Amino acid sequence: MDMTVNTQPASSPERAKEEARKIIAIEDLSLVFETNDGPVNALSHIDLDIHAGDFVSFIGPSGCGKTTLLRVIADLERQTEGSIQVDGTSPEDARLNRLYGYVFQAPGLFPWRTIAGNCKVPLEIFGMSKEQQQRHVDKYLELVGLGDFHKKFPWQLSGGMQQRASIARALSFEPELLLMDEPFGALDEITRDHLNLELLKIWRETRKTVVFVTHSIPEAVLLSTHIVVMSPRPGRIAKIIKSPLPRERTLEDRESPEFIALAQEVREALANDHRIN
Amino acid sequence: MFKSLHKSQAAALTLMVLALLVLWYLGALWLNSDLLINGYERRNIDWSFSQLLADAYSMKRPLLPTPDQIAAELYKSIFDTKISSKRSLVYHTGITLSSTLLGFLMGAVLGIVLAIGIVHNRTLERSLMPWVITSQTIPILAIAPMIIVVLGALNFTGLVPKAIISMYLSFFPVTIGMVKGLRAPDKLHMELLATYSAKPGEFFWKLRWPTALPYLFASLKIAIAASLVGAIVAELPTGAQGGLGARLLSGSYYGQTVQIWAALVVAAVLGAVLVALVGMMERKINRRMGIAA
Ligand SMILES: Nc1ncnc2c1ncn2[C@@H]1O[C@H](COP(=O)(O)OP(=O)(O)OP(=O)(O)O)[C@@H](O)[C@H]1O
Ligand SMILES: [Mg+2]
Repeated sequence: MDMTVNTQPASSPERAKEEARKIIAIEDLSLVFETNDGPVNALSHIDLDIHAGDFVSFIGPSGCGKTTLLRVIADLERQTEGSIQVDGTSPEDARLNRLYGYVFQAPGLFPWRTIAGNCKVPLEIFGMSKEQQQRHVDKYLELVGLGDFHKKFPWQLSGGMQQRASIARALSFEPELLLMDEPFGALDEITRDHLNLELLKIWRETRKTVVFVTHSIPEAVLLSTHIVVMSPRPGRIAKIIKSPLPRERTLEDRESPEFIALAQEVREALANDHRIN
Repeated sequence: MFKSLHKSQAAALTLMVLALLVLWYLGALWLNSDLLINGYERRNIDWSFSQLLADAYSMKRPLLPTPDQIAAELYKSIFDTKISSKRSLVYHTGITLSSTLLGFLMGAVLGIVLAIGIVHNRTLERSLMPWVITSQTIPILAIAPMIIVVLGALNFTGLVPKAIISMYLSFFPVTIGMVKGLRAPDKLHMELLATYSAKPGEFFWKLRWPTALPYLFASLKIAIAASLVGAIVAELPTGAQGGLGARLLSGSYYGQTVQIWAALVVAAVLGAVLVALVGMMERKINRRMGIAA
């Protein structure tokens, strides 16, 4: 994905190829939930491509299908029409290939396991050796700033720390793709800022692809290379905005004219959409 | 503040026990005096109240023995009798305890296995659950002799038939508790494992089983008490030579009320101890699972 401003070291041909790779290809995808009081059109005619190395945010009003779209990518939900390819295969095969780590809105840690023990759950399932498990857990707990909390149980940690632990758990098996559903939704602004920066750092350092659901315009603008604005009833994509911001970002960038202009664009896309409804 | 609360609680408890003891002695006097007065009159003895009082509290076969008589009998049959002797309560307790524990183990295993089947298989649920429930509506006193006789005919005697009756009573709470427990995992936790493409065995060991443990222990406490009841009931109709149930039965044959009460006290204490042991095991596991502080 080319960017107007790119502070990355001169991109090698290899890297350019890597970035061009389509990780997610969604074509004319619709999803209808059959409920007791009739069908719900959760997603309608979605077209979306996500490339390796992108940081894509879904933003939109409550009930517009952000979670559902993320769940379709993760093979937790099946579309009723259209097609989706994840890394060139079906979402099911991508799941079986351990392509993605999913971070839910709630930490979802097992209360009977320590923080390190929680991070080991996927590693145990994937049959990693004990030493390798330990190495990965050490590395990623350190990365999310929980290096001193291996032996603590979840209830001994604050909500923000628990959410960081759940991110470490998703990173621990080094998936190529991170799917995050409002991971910082329940946190206060200061913790959120802090975690946003950490996430940006992880994303830059590990060169992952991130699909990120949020309600917050500043968060979406701060983090994303692409912002997907969605609208409800039926859930569809209203606009895809490509960010002109460099990959290297700081909280201070939020004062910059580009940032403010981009936030304004997102806000307008969301508002336009409301007028239509 | 806490200390004084503790003290007042202890005082209240002491008062309660004292009141119960007074009531007990009054009740013993009241219940036993009829028998005594009849005896005096039959033998034309002049009796005084003090005589009645002394006699009422020292009868060999009272209608209601006094706590001190029971305590004396307990002391005699526990500490003053050789353990191998048939008069030793320790000997009888040992017999009942072994079939209680064996039955409890079998019941726990059966209960867990049934619950696993029921949770993982809808057909099993529909075909098994009605039987599980019906099994508990049949009075145990009615089928215990049948089970003992049938198993006796098959040359199963002694410990095993009694344990089977304990199992019959104890598997039920375990099944019910474990079905609930194994179904208790959060949807979020289930989906988390689904994103790892976990296999059914991994769902079970990493999620369902740990989630179900608190339910299991709640059930095990009920089950072990039920097991004890089962073991004692099983000793009643068999004319068993040993066990607390046999002790109760022979006590009632010969009007040995003191013996009956002593056996009852031991059974009650044994039940409390067994439940407490399960509770201790629960706390130990809770600590390991980081639940208790
Ligand atoms: N399992 C389900 N069964 C029936 N309807 C569902 C189901 N899941 C979601 N829906 C419906 O689909 C629509 C989209 O839901 P979704 O959870 O994707 O919204 P969202 O954009 O994530 O909202 P929020 O921002 O509040 O999390 C909603 O109308 C919701 O009621
Ligand atoms: Mg949602």
